[in-house]
Amino acid sequence: MSEPTAIVGVLALQGDVREHEAAFGELGVPTRRVRRPEDLDGLSGVVFPGGESTTLSLLVDSSGLFDPLHKRIAEGLPVFGTCAGIILLARQVEGGRADQRSFGVLDCTVRRNGYGPQRFSFEGEVTPTGPELGGEDAAPLPAVFIRAPLVVAVGEGVDVLAREGRGTGGAPVVLRDGKVLGATFHPELTTDRRLHALFAQMVKSECRTALW
Amino acid sequence: MTTANESRETGTFTVKRGLADMLRGGVIMDVVDAAQAKIAEDAGAVAVMALERVPADIRRDGGVARMSDPALIEGIQQTVTVPVMAKARIGHFAEAQVLQALGVDYVDESEVLTPADVAHHIDKWAFTVPFVCGATNLGEALRRISEGAAMIRSKGEAGTGDVVEAVGHLRSIVGDIRKITQADGAELFAWAKQLAAPIGLVKEIAETGKLPVPLFCAGGIATPADASLVMQLGAEAVFVGSGIFKSDDPARRARAIVEATTHFDDAEHVAKVSRGLGEAMRGRAAAELEGSERLADRGW
Repeated sequence: MSEPTAIVGVLALQGDVREHEAAFGELGVPTRRVRRPEDLDGLSGVVFPGGESTTLSLLVDSSGLFDPLHKRIAEGLPVFGTCAGIILLARQVEGGRADQRSFGVLDCTVRRNGYGPQRFSFEGEVTPTGPELGGEDAAPLPAVFIRAPLVVAVGEGVDVLAREGRGTGGAPVVLRDGKVLGATFHPELTTDRRLHALFAQMVKSECRTALW
Repeated sequence: MTTANESRETGTFTVKRGLADMLRGGVIMDVVDAAQAKIAEDAGAVAVMALERVPADIRRDGGVARMSDPALIEGIQQTVTVPVMAKARIGHFAEAQVLQALGVDYVDESEVLTPADVAHHIDKWAFTVPFVCGATNLGEALRRISEGAAMIRSKGEAGTGDVVEAVGHLRSIVGDIRKITQADGAELFAWAKQLAAPIGLVKEIAETGKLPVPLFCAGGIATPADASLVMQLGAEAVFVGSGIFKSDDPARRARAIVEATTHFDDAEHVAKVSRGLGEAMRGRAAAELEGSERLADRGW
C-alpha cells in the first residue's frame, strides 16, 4: 500500500453521505465516496450511511460491491453503519424484505422501523454504557432517530456502548464487535463527534500509515 | 421495550428534514395500488407516493382531484416497507390531518390535485408529519419553507412526460441561489423583496449556498437520462410519476431510473441501463398545454 494517509470510504449509493463526510472532515480524517469496486482500493475503513436499507441493499448488489466489500470486512476492514447502515451489518433483520442482503457481520437482531412510522421519529438522548464513549459518567449524546431500527437481541461478544434515553434501561443503540461499529440513530446529523472519533480511532489502530 | 419515552421529542424540524435527507440520491415513485407499490419497491424505490390516479390520468379525466381513499393508502402501507407518501390538496389542512392520522410518512401538498384554497397554503408547522411542496422558483420555495415544508421539489408539468418545465424550475432555483451567494448585505434585502420571501431565509442561503431543506425534482421525468440530467442540474433526488407505469415495461424502467439516479454522473452506466427499455410514456409536449391545463401555475 502506497497510500500516504489512511482514507475512510463512505458508501455513496444513496442517503446522507455528505453529513458523514463533513463529520470526518471536522476530525481531519480524509474520505472517499464509494460507488464502484475500484473505489475500495487502499481504504482503511468504510462507512454505511443512513438511507433506505432496501434500496441500499439492492444498489450494493447491482454496483458489484457486495462481494468485494464482504471480503474486505471479513479480512478486518473496520466498518461503521448508522441507521440503515446497521441494518446492512446485522446478522438478523426483522421486517425486511426476503431478498434484502445484509453482510451479517454484527451479531444482533434488528427490527426495521422498530419505532413506527415517521410521526414517531424523534430527537432524544442516548446514554453511554461502555468505556469507549466515556462510560456511564459521560454526558449523554444527542441523537436523531428517523424511522430507526430497534435492536431486539444482541449476541454474545457484542458490546453495547450506549442505550436510548437517560439512564441504562433503554434499548441498545450503539453496538461494537471488534472492528464493526453500528448505531441505530444518526450521529452524523448532530454536532457530537464522539462516535465518529471512536471509529477514526478504530481505523487508526489498524493502520500504520495513518497520518492525521 | 424502552423506558426512554420521556426524553423523546417528535415532529421537530430536524426529524422532518432528516427523513428527506435519508431519501437523497433515491427515486420516489407514484403508485396507484399495492401491486404497483410492490413493483416500485422491488425496483429500488426509496419511497412511494400513494395516489388514486397518476397525473397523466388526472389530466385525461378532468374533474376534481382529491386525497386518496384511506383504504388504498393502508393497502399500500401494508405491502411495502419503504416510506409511504400521499398527496393533500393545496390549503386542505383537513386532508393533511387525515393523512397524518393514517401514519403516512410524508405529505405532499400538491398542485397535481385541485387546490382547496386560492390564497393560503397549509400551516405545516402545526403538524408532526413532514411536508414536501412544489416550487417553480426560489421565492415560492422559500415561502413554502417558511410555512414549514421540510423538502422542496420542482413542480415541472406533472403527467406530461416532458422534462422541460422541471429543468426550468431547477435552473431558476439553483441559479438564483448562486447569485445570492455573491450579493452584498444591501442586495440581500432587495432579493427578499423580489422573491417575496423572508429575509432570514435569504441570508441563510447567502451563508450556506444551499436551500435550507433538500431540493428534489419532480415533473415529466420519463427516462434514465432525464434522471441523470436533473441530478446534474442540482436535484438531490427524483420523483417519477406517470413516467414509470405509463411505459411499456414499468419494472425494468423503474429499475433503470433508480440506477441512473445513483450513478447520474457516470454516462457509461446510464447508457448501460438505458438499453432496450421499450417505449417510454407517449406524453404531451408541455408547450402545447392550454393555460387551464397547466398545473405548475397552481400555488401562491
